[in-house]
Amino acid sequence: MSSRLAPSMNPDTQFFWDGVSEHRLLIQRCTGCATLRHPPRPMCPRCNSVSWDTLESSGRGSVFSFVMPQFPQYPWFEYPYIVVLVDLDEGTRLVSNLRDIAPAEVTIGMRVEVFYEHHDDGLVLPQFRPEAQS
Amino acid sequence: MSGWLKNRTAIVGIGQTEFSKESGRSEMQLACEAIKAALDDAGLTPADVDGLITFTMDNSEEAEVARNLGIPHLSVFSRIPYGGGAAAGTVMHAAMATATGAAKVVVCYRAFNERSGMRFGGGGGGTGAMASMPLWLSWYAPYGLLTPASWVALHARRYMHEYGVTNEHFGRIAVVDRKHAATNPEAWFYGRPISIEDHQASRWIVEPVLRLLDCCQESDGGVALVVTSAERARDLRQTPALITAAAQGAALDGEMMTSYYRDELLGLPEMGIVAKTLWADSDLTPADISTAFLYDHFTPFVLMQLEELGFCGRGEAKDFATVENLSLGGTLPINTSGGLLGEAYIHGMNGIAEAVRQIRGTSYNQVADVEHVLATAGTGVPTSGLILGRP
Repeated sequence: MSSRLAPSMNPDTQFFWDGVSEHRLLIQRCTGCATLRHPPRPMCPRCNSVSWDTLESSGRGSVFSFVMPQFPQYPWFEYPYIVVLVDLDEGTRLVSNLRDIAPAEVTIGMRVEVFYEHHDDGLVLPQFRPEAQS
Repeated sequence: MSGWLKNRTAIVGIGQTEFSKESGRSEMQLACEAIKAALDDAGLTPADVDGLITFTMDNSEEAEVARNLGIPHLSVFSRIPYGGGAAAGTVMHAAMATATGAAKVVVCYRAFNERSGMRFGGGGGGTGAMASMPLWLSWYAPYGLLTPASWVALHARRYMHEYGVTNEHFGRIAVVDRKHAATNPEAWFYGRPISIEDHQASRWIVEPVLRLLDCCQESDGGVALVVTSAERARDLRQTPALITAAAQGAALDGEMMTSYYRDELLGLPEMGIVAKTLWADSDLTPADISTAFLYDHFTPFVLMQLEELGFCGRGEAKDFATVENLSLGGTLPINTSGGLLGEAYIHGMNGIAEAVRQIRGTSYNQVADVEHVLATAGTGVPTSGLILGRP
Protein backbone atom coordinates (compact mmCIF):
# COMPACT_ATOMS: atom_id res chain seq x y z
CA MET A 1 0.00 0.00 0.00
CA SER A 2 1.18 3.50 -0.72
CA SER A 3 1.52 5.58 2.37
CA ARG A 4 -0.62 8.07 4.21
CA LEU A 5 0.38 11.17 6.17
CA ALA A 6 2.12 9.80 9.24
CA PRO A 7 1.05 10.86 12.72
CA SER A 8 3.39 12.68 15.05
CA MET A 9 3.51 11.55 18.67
CA ASN A 10 4.71 12.60 22.08
CA PRO A 11 4.98 10.88 25.50
CA ASP A 12 1.21 11.27 25.96
CA THR A 13 0.29 9.49 22.72
CA GLN A 14 3.15 7.09 21.89
CA PHE A 15 1.39 4.09 23.50
CA PHE A 16 -1.51 4.32 21.06
CA TRP A 17 0.68 4.03 17.97
CA ASP A 18 2.89 1.37 19.59
CA GLY A 19 -0.29 -0.61 20.23
CA VAL A 20 -1.47 -0.17 16.66
CA SER A 21 1.83 -1.51 15.33
CA GLU A 22 1.14 -4.66 17.42
CA HIS A 23 -2.47 -4.82 16.18
CA ARG A 24 -3.88 -3.74 19.52
CA LEU A 25 -6.32 -0.82 19.84
CA LEU A 26 -5.50 0.72 23.21
CA ILE A 27 -7.63 3.19 25.14
CA GLN A 28 -6.11 5.35 27.86
CA ARG A 29 -7.61 4.60 31.28
CA CYS A 30 -7.24 6.71 34.43
CA THR A 31 -5.88 4.58 37.32
CA GLY A 32 -7.47 7.01 39.77
CA CYS A 33 -11.10 6.70 38.67
CA ALA A 34 -11.01 4.23 35.74
CA THR A 35 -12.45 6.79 33.29
CA LEU A 36 -11.47 6.09 29.67
CA ARG A 37 -10.30 8.88 27.41
CA HIS A 38 -9.41 9.43 23.78
CA PRO A 39 -7.53 11.18 22.25
CA PRO A 40 -4.89 10.59 24.94
CA ARG A 41 -3.83 13.44 27.20
CA PRO A 42 -1.84 13.65 30.42
CA MET A 43 -4.52 14.48 33.01
CA CYS A 44 -7.91 12.94 33.81
CA PRO A 45 -10.56 15.69 33.54
CA ARG A 46 -12.75 13.85 36.07
CA CYS A 47 -10.33 13.32 38.99
CA ASN A 48 -7.20 15.19 37.81
CA SER A 49 -4.97 12.15 38.24
CA VAL A 50 -1.94 11.97 35.97
CA SER A 51 -1.61 8.21 36.48
CA TRP A 52 -2.98 6.02 33.73
CA ASP A 53 -2.76 2.64 32.09
CA THR A 54 -4.53 1.24 29.05
CA LEU A 55 -7.45 -0.97 28.20
CA GLU A 56 -7.33 -3.05 25.03
CA SER A 57 -10.45 -2.37 23.03
CA SER A 58 -12.47 -5.17 21.48
CA GLY A 59 -12.10 -3.17 18.27
CA ARG A 60 -15.85 -3.33 17.79
CA GLY A 61 -18.32 -0.51 17.73
CA SER A 62 -20.82 1.38 15.65
CA VAL A 63 -20.82 4.21 13.10
CA PHE A 64 -21.58 7.53 14.82
CA SER A 65 -20.94 9.74 11.77
CA PHE A 66 -19.30 9.44 8.36
CA VAL A 67 -18.41 11.61 5.35
CA MET A 68 -16.72 11.29 1.98
CA PRO A 69 -14.19 14.09 1.39
CA GLN A 70 -14.01 14.84 -2.34
CA PHE A 71 -11.93 18.00 -2.68
CA PRO A 72 -9.07 18.83 -2.62
CA GLN A 73 -7.89 15.40 -3.76
CA TYR A 74 -4.75 13.77 -2.36
CA PRO A 75 -2.48 11.11 -3.84
CA TRP A 76 -2.91 8.91 -0.77
CA PHE A 77 -6.52 7.94 -1.45
CA GLU A 78 -8.71 6.24 -4.00
CA TYR A 79 -11.99 8.09 -4.35
CA PRO A 80 -14.48 7.96 -2.82
CA TYR A 81 -13.08 7.10 0.58
CA ILE A 82 -15.05 7.09 3.81
CA VAL A 83 -13.98 8.88 6.99
CA VAL A 84 -15.84 7.39 9.92
CA LEU A 85 -16.38 8.45 13.54
CA VAL A 86 -16.67 5.19 15.49
CA ASP A 87 -18.38 4.74 18.85
CA LEU A 88 -16.32 1.94 20.36
CA ASP A 89 -18.21 -0.51 22.57
CA GLU A 90 -15.99 0.56 25.48
CA GLY A 91 -17.47 4.08 25.25
CA THR A 92 -14.78 6.21 23.62
CA ARG A 93 -14.89 7.52 20.08
CA LEU A 94 -12.25 7.69 17.36
CA VAL A 95 -11.83 8.78 13.74
CA SER A 96 -10.72 6.26 11.13
CA ASN A 97 -11.68 5.00 7.67
CA LEU A 98 -14.46 2.60 6.81
CA ARG A 99 -13.39 0.05 4.17
CA ASP A 100 -14.80 -2.89 2.22
CA ILE A 101 -18.17 -1.18 1.75
CA ALA A 102 -19.64 1.30 -0.74
CA PRO A 103 -20.63 4.72 0.67
CA ALA A 104 -24.27 4.18 -0.32
CA GLU A 105 -24.42 1.04 1.86
CA VAL A 106 -23.21 2.76 5.05
CA THR A 107 -25.75 3.68 7.71
CA ILE A 108 -25.30 5.54 10.98
CA GLY A 109 -25.43 2.98 13.78
CA MET A 110 -24.15 0.04 11.71
CA ARG A 111 -21.73 -2.35 13.41
CA VAL A 112 -18.04 -2.18 12.49
CA GLU A 113 -14.78 -3.85 13.54
CA VAL A 114 -11.14 -2.84 13.41
CA PHE A 115 -8.41 -4.24 11.16
CA TYR A 116 -4.87 -3.04 10.56
CA GLU A 117 -3.34 -1.83 7.34
CA HIS A 118 0.42 -1.89 6.75
CA HIS A 119 1.95 0.69 4.43
CA ASP A 120 5.19 0.38 2.47
CA ASP A 121 7.03 2.81 4.71
CA GLY A 122 6.23 0.85 7.88
CA LEU A 123 3.24 2.92 8.93
CA VAL A 124 0.42 0.87 10.44
CA LEU A 125 -3.06 2.39 10.70
CA PRO A 126 -6.24 1.07 12.30
CA GLN A 127 -9.07 0.81 9.77
CA PHE A 128 -12.67 -0.36 10.15
CA ARG A 129 -14.96 -2.61 8.10
CA PRO A 130 -18.47 -3.99 8.57
CA GLU A 131 -18.52 -6.41 11.49
CA ALA A 132 -18.31 -10.05 10.43
CA GLN A 133 -21.51 -12.01 11.12
CA SER A 134 -20.87 -14.34 14.04
CA MET B 1 -17.13 40.49 29.74
CA SER B 2 -19.47 41.60 32.51
CA GLY B 3 -22.56 43.72 32.78
CA TRP B 4 -20.39 46.47 34.25
CA LEU B 5 -18.91 47.11 30.81
CA LYS B 6 -22.30 47.57 29.16
CA ASN B 7 -22.23 50.57 26.81
CA ARG B 8 -19.08 52.03 28.42
CA THR B 9 -17.09 51.68 25.19
CA ALA B 10 -17.78 51.95 21.47
CA ILE B 11 -16.48 51.15 18.02
CA VAL B 12 -15.84 54.60 16.55
CA GLY B 13 -13.96 53.78 13.36
CA ILE B 14 -13.99 51.06 10.72
CA GLY B 15 -11.57 50.61 7.85
CA GLN B 16 -10.91 48.01 5.20
CA THR B 17 -8.95 47.34 2.07
CA GLU B 18 -10.57 46.06 -1.08
CA PHE B 19 -11.44 42.35 -0.89
CA SER B 20 -9.76 40.33 -3.63
CA LYS B 21 -8.19 37.03 -4.64
CA GLU B 22 -4.75 38.57 -5.11
CA SER B 23 -4.00 41.80 -3.31
CA GLY B 24 -0.59 42.20 -4.95
CA ARG B 25 0.94 43.56 -1.75
CA SER B 26 2.18 42.35 1.61
CA GLU B 27 -0.03 41.42 4.53
CA MET B 28 1.72 44.17 6.53
CA GLN B 29 0.68 46.73 3.95
CA LEU B 30 -2.92 45.48 4.03
CA ALA B 31 -2.95 45.75 7.84
CA CYS B 32 -1.57 49.30 7.79
CA GLU B 33 -3.95 50.45 5.06
CA ALA B 34 -6.96 49.08 6.96
CA ILE B 35 -5.85 50.69 10.23
CA LYS B 36 -5.20 54.06 8.58
CA ALA B 37 -8.63 53.93 6.95
CA ALA B 38 -10.26 53.13 10.29
CA LEU B 39 -8.48 56.01 12.03
CA ASP B 40 -9.46 58.42 9.23
CA ASP B 41 -13.03 57.20 9.57
CA ALA B 42 -12.95 57.93 13.30
CA GLY B 43 -11.23 61.28 12.87
CA LEU B 44 -8.21 60.11 14.87
CA THR B 45 -4.51 59.92 14.09
CA PRO B 46 -1.87 57.25 14.79
CA ALA B 47 -0.66 59.43 17.68
CA ASP B 48 -4.02 58.87 19.40
CA VAL B 49 -3.60 55.08 19.36
CA ASP B 50 -2.11 53.37 22.42
CA GLY B 51 -3.37 49.80 21.96
CA LEU B 52 -3.26 47.15 19.21
CA ILE B 53 -5.03 43.79 19.34
CA THR B 54 -5.08 41.12 16.66
CA PHE B 55 -5.40 37.35 16.12
CA THR B 56 -2.68 34.89 17.11
CA MET B 57 -2.86 33.75 13.47
CA ASP B 58 -2.07 37.23 12.12
CA ASN B 59 1.40 37.65 10.64
CA SER B 60 1.71 41.43 11.13
CA GLU B 61 3.48 42.16 14.38
CA GLU B 62 2.23 44.95 16.59
CA ALA B 63 5.56 46.75 16.89
CA GLU B 64 6.07 46.70 13.13
CA VAL B 65 2.52 47.93 12.56
CA ALA B 66 3.23 50.77 14.99
CA ARG B 67 6.51 51.52 13.22
CA ASN B 68 4.74 51.77 9.85
CA LEU B 69 1.94 53.96 11.13
CA GLY B 70 4.19 56.07 13.35
CA ILE B 71 2.37 55.15 16.55
CA PRO B 72 4.71 56.57 19.18
CA HIS B 73 3.36 54.94 22.32
CA LEU B 74 1.67 51.58 22.95
CA SER B 75 0.36 50.61 26.37
CA VAL B 76 -1.72 47.56 25.47
CA PHE B 77 -1.04 44.82 22.91
CA SER B 78 -2.40 41.31 22.97
CA ARG B 79 -3.59 38.53 20.71
CA ILE B 80 -6.64 36.30 20.67
CA PRO B 81 -6.33 32.60 19.76
CA TYR B 82 -8.41 30.06 17.79
CA GLY B 83 -8.51 31.33 14.23
CA GLY B 84 -11.72 33.11 13.32
CA GLY B 85 -13.00 32.51 16.85
CA ALA B 86 -10.90 35.53 17.79
CA ALA B 87 -12.88 38.19 15.89
CA ALA B 88 -15.26 39.57 18.52
CA GLY B 89 -12.70 38.63 21.19
CA THR B 90 -10.40 41.37 19.92
CA VAL B 91 -13.19 43.90 20.49
CA MET B 92 -13.98 42.46 23.93
CA HIS B 93 -10.37 42.88 25.04
CA ALA B 94 -10.22 46.37 23.53
CA ALA B 95 -13.40 47.25 25.44
CA MET B 96 -11.90 46.01 28.71
CA ALA B 97 -8.72 47.97 28.08
CA THR B 98 -10.45 51.23 27.19
CA ALA B 99 -13.12 50.97 29.92
CA THR B 100 -10.51 50.48 32.63
CA GLY B 101 -8.18 53.16 31.30
CA ALA B 102 -5.39 50.72 30.52
CA ALA B 103 -5.54 52.25 27.04
CA LYS B 104 -7.41 55.18 25.53
CA VAL B 105 -7.73 54.12 21.88
CA VAL B 106 -7.29 50.50 20.78
CA VAL B 107 -7.24 49.31 17.18
CA CYS B 108 -8.27 45.71 16.43
CA TYR B 109 -7.01 44.43 13.09
CA ARG B 110 -6.84 41.36 10.87
CA ALA B 111 -5.21 41.28 7.44
CA PHE B 112 -4.02 38.43 5.26
CA ASN B 113 -3.39 37.11 1.79
CA GLU B 114 -5.42 34.02 2.54
CA ARG B 115 -6.14 33.36 -1.15
CA SER B 116 -2.95 34.36 -2.95
CA GLY B 117 -0.70 33.25 -0.08
CA MET B 118 -1.18 30.41 2.40
CA ARG B 119 -4.67 28.96 1.84
CA PHE B 120 -6.45 27.35 4.80
CA GLY B 121 -8.55 25.09 2.57
CA GLY B 122 -5.66 23.25 0.93
CA GLY B 123 -4.95 20.85 3.76
CA GLY B 124 -1.25 20.77 2.88
CA GLY B 125 -2.10 19.16 -0.45
CA GLY B 126 0.56 19.16 -3.12
CA THR B 127 3.43 19.46 -0.67
CA GLY B 128 3.63 15.73 0.07
CA ALA B 129 4.02 14.89 3.72
CA MET B 130 3.92 17.73 6.20
CA ALA B 131 7.31 18.44 7.73
CA SER B 132 5.89 18.27 11.23
CA MET B 133 2.30 17.37 11.86
CA PRO B 134 0.68 19.02 14.89
CA LEU B 135 -0.17 16.44 17.55
CA TRP B 136 -3.93 17.06 17.45
CA LEU B 137 -4.00 16.61 13.67
CA SER B 138 -2.44 13.16 14.02
CA TRP B 139 -5.86 11.74 14.95
CA TYR B 140 -7.35 12.95 11.65
CA ALA B 141 -4.80 13.56 8.88
CA PRO B 142 -3.75 9.91 8.38
CA TYR B 143 -7.40 9.13 7.58
CA GLY B 144 -7.82 11.94 5.07
CA LEU B 145 -9.64 14.40 7.33
CA LEU B 146 -7.39 17.31 6.46
CA THR B 147 -9.38 20.46 5.76
CA PRO B 148 -11.67 22.74 7.78
CA ALA B 149 -14.51 21.68 5.46
CA SER B 150 -14.00 18.00 6.32
CA TRP B 151 -13.71 18.67 10.06
CA VAL B 152 -16.97 20.60 10.06
CA ALA B 153 -18.73 18.04 7.86
CA LEU B 154 -18.13 15.05 10.16
CA HIS B 155 -19.78 17.05 12.97
CA ALA B 156 -22.63 18.42 10.83
CA ARG B 157 -23.43 14.95 9.40
CA ARG B 158 -24.58 13.90 12.86
CA TYR B 159 -26.76 17.03 13.16
CA MET B 160 -28.36 16.19 9.80
CA HIS B 161 -29.03 12.63 10.93
CA GLU B 162 -30.66 13.60 14.23
CA TYR B 163 -32.83 16.44 13.01
CA GLY B 164 -33.64 15.38 9.45
CA VAL B 165 -31.65 18.26 7.96
CA THR B 166 -30.55 18.07 4.32
CA ASN B 167 -27.91 19.84 2.27
CA GLU B 168 -30.73 21.81 0.66
CA HIS B 169 -31.49 23.37 4.07
CA PHE B 170 -27.86 24.52 4.26
CA GLY B 171 -28.14 25.94 0.76
CA ARG B 172 -30.62 28.57 1.90
CA ILE B 173 -27.86 30.26 3.89
CA ALA B 174 -25.72 30.47 0.75
CA VAL B 175 -28.64 31.92 -1.21
CA VAL B 176 -29.25 34.60 1.46
CA ASP B 177 -25.57 35.55 1.66
CA ARG B 178 -25.18 35.79 -2.10
CA LYS B 179 -28.42 37.78 -2.38
CA HIS B 180 -27.02 40.37 0.05
CA ALA B 181 -23.57 40.33 -1.55
CA ALA B 182 -25.18 41.01 -4.91
CA THR B 183 -26.17 44.50 -3.76
CA ASN B 184 -22.96 45.32 -1.86
CA PRO B 185 -20.40 46.88 -4.25
CA GLU B 186 -17.57 45.99 -1.82
CA ALA B 187 -18.44 42.28 -1.99
CA TRP B 188 -16.48 39.87 -4.18
CA PHE B 189 -19.77 38.42 -5.44
CA TYR B 190 -21.34 41.82 -6.12
CA GLY B 191 -23.99 41.46 -8.80
CA ARG B 192 -23.81 37.65 -8.73
CA PRO B 193 -26.70 36.14 -6.76
CA ILE B 194 -27.37 32.39 -6.81
CA SER B 195 -30.51 30.25 -6.70
CA ILE B 196 -31.06 27.12 -4.65
CA GLU B 197 -30.78 25.21 -7.94
CA ASP B 198 -27.30 26.69 -8.47
CA HIS B 199 -26.40 25.54 -4.97
CA GLN B 200 -27.71 22.03 -5.52
CA ALA B 201 -25.84 21.79 -8.82
CA SER B 202 -22.48 22.75 -7.29
CA ARG B 203 -20.02 19.90 -6.74
CA TRP B 204 -19.47 18.07 -3.49
CA ILE B 205 -16.56 19.17 -1.35
CA VAL B 206 -17.43 16.74 1.45
CA GLU B 207 -20.31 14.42 0.58
CA PRO B 208 -23.13 14.45 1.75
CA VAL B 209 -22.74 17.62 3.80
CA LEU B 210 -20.92 20.41 1.99
CA ARG B 211 -21.10 21.51 -1.63
CA LEU B 212 -18.83 24.15 -3.10
CA LEU B 213 -21.42 26.86 -2.42
CA ASP B 214 -21.63 25.88 1.27
CA CYS B 215 -17.98 26.86 1.76
CA CYS B 216 -16.83 30.43 2.27
CA GLN B 217 -14.46 32.12 -0.09
CA GLU B 218 -10.76 32.41 0.42
CA SER B 219 -9.83 36.08 0.30
CA ASP B 220 -7.07 38.65 0.47
CA GLY B 221 -7.76 41.79 2.48
CA GLY B 222 -7.75 43.57 5.81
CA VAL B 223 -10.22 45.09 8.28
CA ALA B 224 -9.58 47.33 11.29
CA LEU B 225 -11.87 48.54 14.09
CA VAL B 226 -11.19 51.48 16.44
CA VAL B 227 -12.40 51.17 20.04
CA THR B 228 -12.51 53.88 22.69
CA SER B 229 -14.60 54.93 25.68
CA ALA B 230 -18.22 55.94 25.13
CA GLU B 231 -17.37 59.32 26.64
CA ARG B 232 -14.63 60.02 24.12
CA ALA B 233 -16.81 58.59 21.36
CA ARG B 234 -19.33 61.41 21.82
CA ASP B 235 -16.76 63.93 20.57
CA LEU B 236 -15.73 61.97 17.50
CA ARG B 237 -16.85 62.12 13.89
CA GLN B 238 -19.10 59.05 13.60
CA THR B 239 -22.19 57.80 15.34
CA PRO B 240 -20.64 55.44 17.90
CA ALA B 241 -21.58 51.76 17.88
CA LEU B 242 -21.82 51.12 21.61
CA ILE B 243 -20.39 47.82 22.78
CA THR B 244 -23.42 46.62 24.69
CA ALA B 245 -21.91 43.21 25.38
CA ALA B 246 -18.95 41.15 24.21
CA ALA B 247 -17.95 37.66 25.25
CA GLN B 248 -15.60 34.77 24.62
CA GLY B 249 -16.51 31.12 25.16
CA ALA B 250 -14.83 27.74 25.36
CA ALA B 251 -16.60 24.57 26.52
CA LEU B 252 -15.74 21.19 28.02
CA ASP B 253 -13.98 18.65 25.83
CA GLY B 254 -13.51 20.99 22.89
CA GLU B 255 -10.85 20.90 20.20
CA MET B 256 -9.95 23.24 17.34
CA MET B 257 -12.72 22.20 14.87
CA THR B 258 -12.67 18.49 15.77
CA SER B 259 -14.74 18.32 18.98
CA TYR B 260 -16.01 14.82 18.21
CA TYR B 261 -15.90 13.39 21.72
CA ARG B 262 -18.85 15.06 23.40
CA ASP B 263 -21.97 12.97 24.07
CA GLU B 264 -23.92 14.67 21.30
CA LEU B 265 -22.70 16.53 18.23
CA LEU B 266 -25.83 18.58 17.80
CA GLY B 267 -24.68 22.04 18.77
CA LEU B 268 -21.83 24.45 19.32
CA PRO B 269 -21.39 24.56 23.11
CA GLU B 270 -18.74 27.31 22.82
CA MET B 271 -21.31 29.57 21.17
CA GLY B 272 -23.82 28.55 23.83
CA ILE B 273 -21.50 29.98 26.48
CA VAL B 274 -21.02 33.18 24.46
CA ALA B 275 -24.80 33.49 24.00
CA LYS B 276 -25.52 33.09 27.69
CA THR B 277 -23.07 35.85 28.57
CA LEU B 278 -24.28 38.20 25.82
CA TRP B 279 -27.94 37.98 26.86
CA ALA B 280 -27.14 38.28 30.58
CA ASP B 281 -24.78 41.24 30.21
CA SER B 282 -26.93 43.14 27.72
CA ASP B 283 -30.32 42.52 29.40
CA LEU B 284 -31.57 41.79 25.88
CA THR B 285 -33.24 38.80 24.25
CA PRO B 286 -33.06 37.47 20.68
CA ALA B 287 -36.23 39.44 19.90
CA ASP B 288 -34.29 42.68 20.47
CA ILE B 289 -31.79 41.98 17.68
CA SER B 290 -32.52 43.90 14.47
CA THR B 291 -29.95 42.11 12.29
CA ALA B 292 -27.03 39.75 12.83
CA PHE B 293 -23.76 38.67 11.32
CA LEU B 294 -23.55 34.93 11.93
CA TYR B 295 -20.09 33.57 11.11
CA ASP B 296 -20.57 31.57 7.93
CA HIS B 297 -17.34 29.80 7.02
CA PHE B 298 -19.55 26.74 6.39
CA THR B 299 -23.35 26.90 6.16
CA PRO B 300 -24.30 24.09 8.62
CA PHE B 301 -22.88 25.95 11.59
CA VAL B 302 -25.09 28.97 10.80
CA LEU B 303 -28.12 26.77 11.51
CA MET B 304 -26.57 25.53 14.75
CA GLN B 305 -25.78 29.13 15.78
CA LEU B 306 -29.42 30.14 15.36
CA GLU B 307 -30.24 27.45 17.92
CA GLU B 308 -27.37 28.19 20.33
CA LEU B 309 -28.23 31.90 20.32
CA GLY B 310 -31.90 31.19 20.99
CA PHE B 311 -33.37 32.55 17.76
CA CYS B 312 -35.16 29.21 17.49
CA GLY B 313 -35.36 25.95 19.43
CA ARG B 314 -33.08 22.89 19.14
CA GLY B 315 -33.55 21.16 15.82
CA GLU B 316 -35.83 23.95 14.57
CA ALA B 317 -33.31 25.91 12.51
CA LYS B 318 -34.17 23.95 9.37
CA ASP B 319 -37.68 25.43 9.56
CA PHE B 320 -36.66 28.87 10.83
CA ALA B 321 -33.83 29.45 8.36
CA THR B 322 -35.84 30.18 5.23
CA VAL B 323 -34.53 32.55 2.60
CA GLU B 324 -37.43 34.86 3.37
CA ASN B 325 -36.82 34.98 7.14
CA LEU B 326 -33.09 35.65 6.85
CA SER B 327 -33.17 38.15 3.97
CA LEU B 328 -33.47 41.91 4.14
CA GLY B 329 -37.08 42.58 5.15
CA GLY B 330 -37.40 39.23 6.95
CA THR B 331 -37.71 38.50 10.65
CA LEU B 332 -33.94 38.25 11.18
CA PRO B 333 -31.87 39.57 8.26
CA ILE B 334 -28.39 38.02 8.51
CA ASN B 335 -25.06 38.77 6.87
CA THR B 336 -26.31 41.90 5.13
CA SER B 337 -22.88 42.56 3.58
CA GLY B 338 -22.92 39.10 2.04
CA GLY B 339 -21.02 37.38 4.83
CA LEU B 340 -17.92 35.28 4.41
CA LEU B 341 -19.55 33.41 1.52
CA GLY B 342 -20.55 36.47 -0.44
CA GLU B 343 -18.50 39.48 0.64
CA ALA B 344 -15.11 38.13 1.72
CA TYR B 345 -13.44 35.86 4.25
CA ILE B 346 -11.60 38.27 6.52
CA HIS B 347 -11.91 35.94 9.50
CA GLY B 348 -15.17 37.56 10.67
CA MET B 349 -13.81 41.10 11.11
CA ASN B 350 -15.72 42.24 8.02
CA GLY B 351 -18.92 41.03 9.70
CA ILE B 352 -18.24 43.28 12.69
CA ALA B 353 -17.55 46.22 10.36
CA GLU B 354 -20.96 45.58 8.76
CA ALA B 355 -22.58 45.45 12.21
CA VAL B 356 -21.15 48.95 12.82
CA ARG B 357 -22.55 50.20 9.50
CA GLN B 358 -25.99 48.87 10.45
CA ILE B 359 -25.83 50.86 13.71
CA ARG B 360 -24.74 53.98 11.80
CA GLY B 361 -27.39 53.47 9.12
CA THR B 362 -24.83 53.32 6.30
CA SER B 363 -25.04 49.73 5.07
CA TYR B 364 -25.65 49.08 1.38
CA ASN B 365 -28.37 46.75 2.67
CA GLN B 366 -29.64 48.88 5.51
CA VAL B 367 -32.18 47.36 7.89
CA ALA B 368 -34.83 49.84 9.07
CA ASP B 369 -34.87 51.15 12.65
CA VAL B 370 -31.81 49.24 13.88
CA GLU B 371 -31.38 49.25 17.65
CA HIS B 372 -29.10 46.28 18.36
CA VAL B 373 -26.89 44.18 16.10
CA LEU B 374 -25.31 40.85 17.00
CA ALA B 375 -22.08 39.53 15.46
CA THR B 376 -20.48 36.15 16.08
CA ALA B 377 -16.99 34.82 15.45
CA GLY B 378 -15.66 31.52 14.12
CA THR B 379 -17.58 28.39 15.05
CA GLY B 380 -16.47 24.89 15.91
CA VAL B 381 -13.60 26.49 17.84
CA PRO B 382 -13.39 28.47 21.10
CA THR B 383 -15.14 31.60 19.95
CA SER B 384 -16.61 35.03 20.73
CA GLY B 385 -19.51 37.32 19.97
CA LEU B 386 -20.77 40.84 20.58
CA ILE B 387 -23.86 43.01 20.61
CA LEU B 388 -23.64 46.61 19.41
CA GLY B 389 -26.21 49.26 20.20
CA ARG B 390 -27.25 52.76 19.14
CA PRO B 391 -26.32 55.58 21.50
